[in-house]
Amino acid sequence: MATATSAEYHLAIVGAGPAGLSAAARAAQIDVREGRRTPSYVLLEASPKLAKTIQRYQKGKHVMAEPGFLGLRSDLRFGAGSREVILDTWTQDSARLAVNVRYGAEVKAIAGQRADFRLQLADGTSLRAATVVLAIGLEGNPRRLGVPGDQHEGVQYQLDDPREYLDETILVVGAGDAAIENALALSEQNDVWIVNRGKEFSRAKDANLAAILAAISDPRRRLACYYETRPRAVAPSDGDPRPLAVTLETPAGERLVHCHRLIARLGSDPARAFVESTGIRFPGPQREAIPALSRQYESNVPGLFVVGSLAGYPLIKQAMNQGYDVAEYAYGHQIKPADHPLLEWQFCGLPFQRETEDLLERFKSIVPMFRELNALAFRELVIESEVIAAYPDGPEYAEARRKVDSVQQSIADRPGQPRVTRVIREGDVIYDTGEFGTSFFTIAYGEVTLETPGPNPVTTQLKLGEFFGEMSLLSGRPRTERAVAGAGCILMETPRRTMIKLMSSNESVRNGIDWIFVVRELQRLFAPQASARELRDIAAQVAVRPFKAGELIFSEGEPGASLFIVRSGGVTLSRRRNDQNLMVAQVPAGQLVGEMSLMGDPQRRETARATVASELIEVQRPEFLRLSKRADAPLELLQQAASQHVAESARMEVRPEASSIMNFLMGQGLGEATNALVIDEALCIGCDNCEKACAETHGGISRLDRKAGASFAQVHIPISCRHCEQPHCMKDCPPNAIRRSANGEVFIDDTCIGCGNCQVNCPYGVIRMTYEAPRKPGLWSWLLFGAGPGVGEERNYEPTAAQKAKGKKATKCDACGSLSTGPACVQACPTGAAVRIGPDQFLDLADQRRR
Amino acid sequence: MIHEDLLRFRRARYAWWALCLVAMSVAIYATQGGRQRPGGGTWQGYVLGTLGALLIVWLALLGIRKRSYRSTLGSVQGWTSAHVWLGLALVLIATLHCAGLFGWNVHTLAYGLMCLVIASGIVGLYVYLSMPRQLAANSGGLSRAALFAELFGLDRQGRELARACDPVVGNAVRSSIERTSLGGGVLRQLLAIDRSLFMRTDPQQARPSGAALVVGNTDQRAVIDYVARRVPQAAKRAEAANLQALIVLLSRRQAVLRRIRRDIQLQAWLQLWLYVHVPLTFALIVALIVHILTTFMYW
Repeated sequence: MATATSAEYHLAIVGAGPAGLSAAARAAQIDVREGRRTPSYVLLEASPKLAKTIQRYQKGKHVMAEPGFLGLRSDLRFGAGSREVILDTWTQDSARLAVNVRYGAEVKAIAGQRADFRLQLADGTSLRAATVVLAIGLEGNPRRLGVPGDQHEGVQYQLDDPREYLDETILVVGAGDAAIENALALSEQNDVWIVNRGKEFSRAKDANLAAILAAISDPRRRLACYYETRPRAVAPSDGDPRPLAVTLETPAGERLVHCHRLIARLGSDPARAFVESTGIRFPGPQREAIPALSRQYESNVPGLFVVGSLAGYPLIKQAMNQGYDVAEYAYGHQIKPADHPLLEWQFCGLPFQRETEDLLERFKSIVPMFRELNALAFRELVIESEVIAAYPDGPEYAEARRKVDSVQQSIADRPGQPRVTRVIREGDVIYDTGEFGTSFFTIAYGEVTLETPGPNPVTTQLKLGEFFGEMSLLSGRPRTERAVAGAGCILMETPRRTMIKLMSSNESVRNGIDWIFVVRELQRLFAPQASARELRDIAAQVAVRPFKAGELIFSEGEPGASLFIVRSGGVTLSRRRNDQNLMVAQVPAGQLVGEMSLMGDPQRRETARATVASELIEVQRPEFLRLSKRADAPLELLQQAASQHVAESARMEVRPEASSIMNFLMGQGLGEATNALVIDEALCIGCDNCEKACAETHGGISRLDRKAGASFAQVHIPISCRHCEQPHCMKDCPPNAIRRSANGEVFIDDTCIGCGNCQVNCPYGVIRMTYEAPRKPGLWSWLLFGAGPGVGEERNYEPTAAQKAKGKKATKCDACGSLSTGPACVQACPTGAAVRIGPDQFLDLADQRRR
Repeated sequence: MIHEDLLRFRRARYAWWALCLVAMSVAIYATQGGRQRPGGGTWQGYVLGTLGALLIVWLALLGIRKRSYRSTLGSVQGWTSAHVWLGLALVLIATLHCAGLFGWNVHTLAYGLMCLVIASGIVGLYVYLSMPRQLAANSGGLSRAALFAELFGLDRQGRELARACDPVVGNAVRSSIERTSLGGGVLRQLLAIDRSLFMRTDPQQARPSGAALVVGNTDQRAVIDYVARRVPQAAKRAEAANLQALIVLLSRRQAVLRRIRRDIQLQAWLQLWLYVHVPLTFALIVALIVHILTTFMYW
């Protein structure tokens, strides 16, 4: 047992969210178990209540308990339910367990190390602790106004329920998405002024930008804007019925404005700066980076533990389990982590008789790239991955299948279906050419064969420790090769989200994948027969360069001495003619840009810009020469492709109308689309049968808005999912509910917890948060007897209590993956105006629209 | 082609079907002769009649197919294209069936109704093929809501400018905004009839001062003329500038109103023909049933 040190407490827990609260509850139980009368721990919470983030959810919000397959290990109860029930339960449970919590205790600084931490609080006091658990989440504290009077009670930094206020005058300060969304919601029944420091709303995403500008110019909306204005002071008003008097500094001088309340949405100071001040190191500068932690959640500062979303675990149940485990670890108790059974099931079909934790260690040591990974991160990687084992067809395969099936049956009644080993036969195809897939494969044992089709097919054998599937992971494009399971192969298939998280938080993984990507691209394009070893030197000379959307890559007329391989995103090539920029080509991921300058024409004939955020591999002349001197260099193919590009560019150049349509399509973000709905306005009769079809095939809720969206030259791009190459919506999905099928559709499965991150992240506004729609009578009852509201989405439907209790879920287009006939919107268009097309058809579309 | 219109769908596949059907019907018709004169009573007449009746039922089923969103029986565009071509072929098939024998009876009623349905369908086809393009060209890529937002913006600016003007002009402008009319009944929508009004105060007229006359303001022309006539009489330079600004604004408003009115008109045409086509179809089906029953009754 840990002995008390000179510190006041053995354990200080910072942050009373799910993780911190659960840790404190466990510490309380440990105290009881060990017979201590006074608490040996303290829970410090900056706000006046527990679970600040959940308190902030809107009233009655349904909170999910994903992932279903993970059991709960905590002294507090938790299950899916309304925000109120969950908060009540936690309040009751922490009272019952007599959790020692100090509210309003904001920790300003933490210094020291194991057995000697000193925590400085905002109120000037300090305390000492032997160990510290940081469970402060990711949100950080909202930025304050920073003007006299900003402590006034009418000044608030969040908005829980916009409907709480009626006919008030409200100032909303800020120009980001939060400010805009608050202002729009409040202006439904209040007079709202949005105070913007700048001349425009440049930080807002497009949908919000359009909405706020429309609302400001709409005389019927009770919303107006002060541009280039900032608050100077806040004071109680004298005389005016509105309690606040705010001094604003406007371009026309100072102005006194009276209001009922002021809501400042100025973003927050990220938690990271504070965490770093304690001595904890992050592996990289990326926003997604998480501190390196041991298997027991201990950071590089001994005795300082990190759990919850700050440690990279955004789900409530995960956080509570970690809180329980970390408290035990902080008291020096060795326990098996809560997720241990998950690993056991995942390994159940492997041909080894080993202890699970041993196997984990072994796997980690086999893959060079993962050796540097900390134990916790690797464990997480395996838990989120699917373990695949290949057996020779015959009794061995049958035996393994039986074993896995029996395990699966024994855990069938567990919610959420935990994963078990996926047993396949040797020689089975793991994925095929042309399939969409963004998962990443690591070979833990045995071999895998990659077969690249084409004029010169190439077969590559991969061995233990190697990995594959990185091309689709990084570029979002379909697979370019077929992968076949070899003898005795055992694989880990890791989903995209996990891999991206890992890459951004671990440099060795990122470098390893980047490097193999470059090698394989060089191999694919220039040296089909070369081995990775042969290409190692050249790959080391080649740079991967990131470009922002619209950023210049090279300009027309300048000399060129390199070519670029588009790794992700896309490139727009344009030529300047008669003072006009003509778009002449659109280069997708996987293709070459500027190759002509190394093949005969040293001058750049086009200006290249990144269409969307893109990554390009730049190959300089010396490396290109070395590659092209190889016997297997497919020079003829390269030259053919280059000549074809030249011809296509010329064709576009003489047709400015087509070029301007391409420009429009790219401006609408179709540069990153894999499948977009395009409506020909010359054919569209506005019957909305597309929307009705969508609603009728998707539980009564339409996922497309025909009328909205931009038009140009009678080409209309409605608000509808484009199934982006690198879906923005997938970025921060806590339960990993957004996935991509082999056909390319990006869809949301039913583990959605309704957090709304995807809606915020989608730049095209195609995701809606909706309640389930009520069931409707059938078509014939409507046609013959007029029963129900008819076909299509019922406007302003009222969800039932049960549907409300389930909460809002994210809804978006799934490209009708489940219908054999293809997208219902296209099928149902009576005039052929609506089509769904991929990027390879954009040029044809522009070409054909010259009527 | 990425986008194909109804007639050209799949290289006008159903035009060929229709043509084959017509050729077949003509061939069947041509085999008539001998003692019995051509008509609905010969076996050829029965075959053509059955074919026509089946076609009518199938053509009417488009309304169901259009709303059977999970159907795997081909795309709605394919159905609509076939509906158009086979519907056109029906005129000939039915005419061959009756062999030009008309009279004041339920049989000719069914024929007449069928012709009306097809004629309204042809109007619809014309509307579908020509108006979307005009609609898009008219709105210039803006939705109707956006056009209205623009109009409301201009209204607000107009009211503000009017406040700075002589009350006589101010009243005229304000009333022209308030009494602008859009839409209305079916005919007014289809023909884009504008019943806008405004209140004119004419100082030259021998009326008590301040009393205003409500006059027509179709296409906003009257109010623009009225304000324009005031410019030479402006007392101050500032007033003249104000009036000039007002005229520009009213002209912009006129342009937006024209677009909205045209939008309403085109949308009305796109929708309204169906209100003739569909009820007539029901009437046709009833008449057809009576026609068939009576035929068998008097066999």
